[in-house]
Amino acid sequence: MAQQNEVVFAGFGGQGIMTAGQLLAYTAMEEGKHVCWIPSYGPEMRGGTANCTVVVSDKRIGSPIINHPYSACVFNRPSLEKFGGLIKKDGLLLINSSLIDVSSERDDLTEYLIPVNDIAVKVGNPKVANIIMLAAYIEMTGIIKFKSLKNMLTKKLGKKKDLLEINYSALEEGRKLAKKLVK
Amino acid sequence: MAKRLMKGNEAIGEAAIAAGAPNYFAYPITPQSEVAEYLCWRLPEVDGVFVQAESEVAVGNMLFGASASGKRVFTTSSSPGISLMQETISYMAGAHLPVVFVNIMRGGPGLGGILPAQSDYFQATKGGGHGDYRIIVLAPSSVQEAVDMMLWAFDLAEKYLTPVMLIGDGMIGQMMESVEFPDKYREENNPDEIEWALTGAKGRKARICKSLFLNPEQLEENSFLLAEKYKKIKKAERRCELYNVKDDNKIIITSYGTMARICQTAIDELEGEGVSVGLFRPITLFPYPEEELYAEGSKKNIKCVLSVEMSTGQMVEDVERIMKGKKKIDFFGRTGGVVPSPDEVKDKVRKILRIKK
Repeated sequence: MAQQNEVVFAGFGGQGIMTAGQLLAYTAMEEGKHVCWIPSYGPEMRGGTANCTVVVSDKRIGSPIINHPYSACVFNRPSLEKFGGLIKKDGLLLINSSLIDVSSERDDLTEYLIPVNDIAVKVGNPKVANIIMLAAYIEMTGIIKFKSLKNMLTKKLGKKKDLLEINYSALEEGRKLAKKLVK
Repeated sequence: MAKRLMKGNEAIGEAAIAAGAPNYFAYPITPQSEVAEYLCWRLPEVDGVFVQAESEVAVGNMLFGASASGKRVFTTSSSPGISLMQETISYMAGAHLPVVFVNIMRGGPGLGGILPAQSDYFQATKGGGHGDYRIIVLAPSSVQEAVDMMLWAFDLAEKYLTPVMLIGDGMIGQMMESVEFPDKYREENNPDEIEWALTGAKGRKARICKSLFLNPEQLEENSFLLAEKYKKIKKAERRCELYNVKDDNKIIITSYGTMARICQTAIDELEGEGVSVGLFRPITLFPYPEEELYAEGSKKNIKCVLSVEMSTGQMVEDVERIMKGKKKIDFFGRTGGVVPSPDEVKDKVRKILRIKK
């Protein structure tokens, strides 16, 4: 059967959740894969939760709605509570440990704690927490090539040189940490 | 052209421009407001016309006027907004005018909710407004298909001089997928070249474009003219897609739009469990691919035709009519904005076949 990967990005509005998902979808599309990006939409309030699902596949994608995704990157506690239990057995869960001080308490999946907000502050801009998470996720799953993501960021941020530098650093930090954790 | 990652709503807007229809009148409503958001900056780039009307009723009248004067026109809305436009749809059908409507369906009745649904099947396929008429109804199941269908919709509208409606659920509007547009965008209509367009009767005989016929014989004649048109459409424009249809299928599912994709995943997973199910996806809902469904559904190996919808059961009535009692018909649906999961479809199939999990 063809390979299909599904990931949920979830957190507060403003944490760059939708952007992280779109970057992944864009890059996978450029690599020639079938992609589908779906936001949660509904009556939402400011400061409320936001999430999106990205499906990346070698073949035409069936259901865009994924009730039990293979993986999730959760940026705040309500998101862990919402999606922690839904991930497929043997799946992957990345938890933003800067804001979440508990784990999923599941022993049937792989779970990593990544303090993305703390790392982002170190890198020099708290807004790149999403990029650090995305870089770590890509390093761990190999869902797309790291180089393709870097190229995509260059394409999207090309004119904003200062932002580009910070995003490059975020990518490297995320990748470094992922390598260390997986070891 | 290069692939682009676009939201369904934005892609629908761009597709209309590609179809040479830069005349858009609309009123915002969730979940299709991104069409208007996209076109409000995109249309000025191609010297198009964007009017945010004061209401959906006004949108309808603007469409009527612009279409009658030979312009290629369209609008987008969602269920409650489409209900408000029914008067115009009926008038334009009666006056033989081309127009494309897009309904990104949300849950109803009434103001309902804002999440995806397919509960406007009856309204779209059975006329919707008053009078003896139908409109052509197209149901995309992906963003690319929505784009391709927009191009086709304008062809159909002008070929048959009729309103055409594209119905997608909120999911089609909201999701992003990769999509390609034609390399060459079509030219806009030239009203002077259209033989029925109202362009001012200076130097020629006056043309009339109306749905009012106070003489009963004339109204009857117009109604039969419409009926003839629908006969032709039914003969020539039926479209459907088959998925996993094989000789060992026990059940054939009929489903359209996003729901069909969910069924496709359910079918793949069932196949892995040794349960063989086929999918019949109507692409045109009017004209419904009746002969095709009957041919597939009445095969020896089929025990049951299962209609799966995001409604409480609308298309299933057509399925029953088409199958003429030849096979058992069953239905599964969720509605109100609840989108069924592949697991729920699988459970329904197992229940019909009495397979324990």
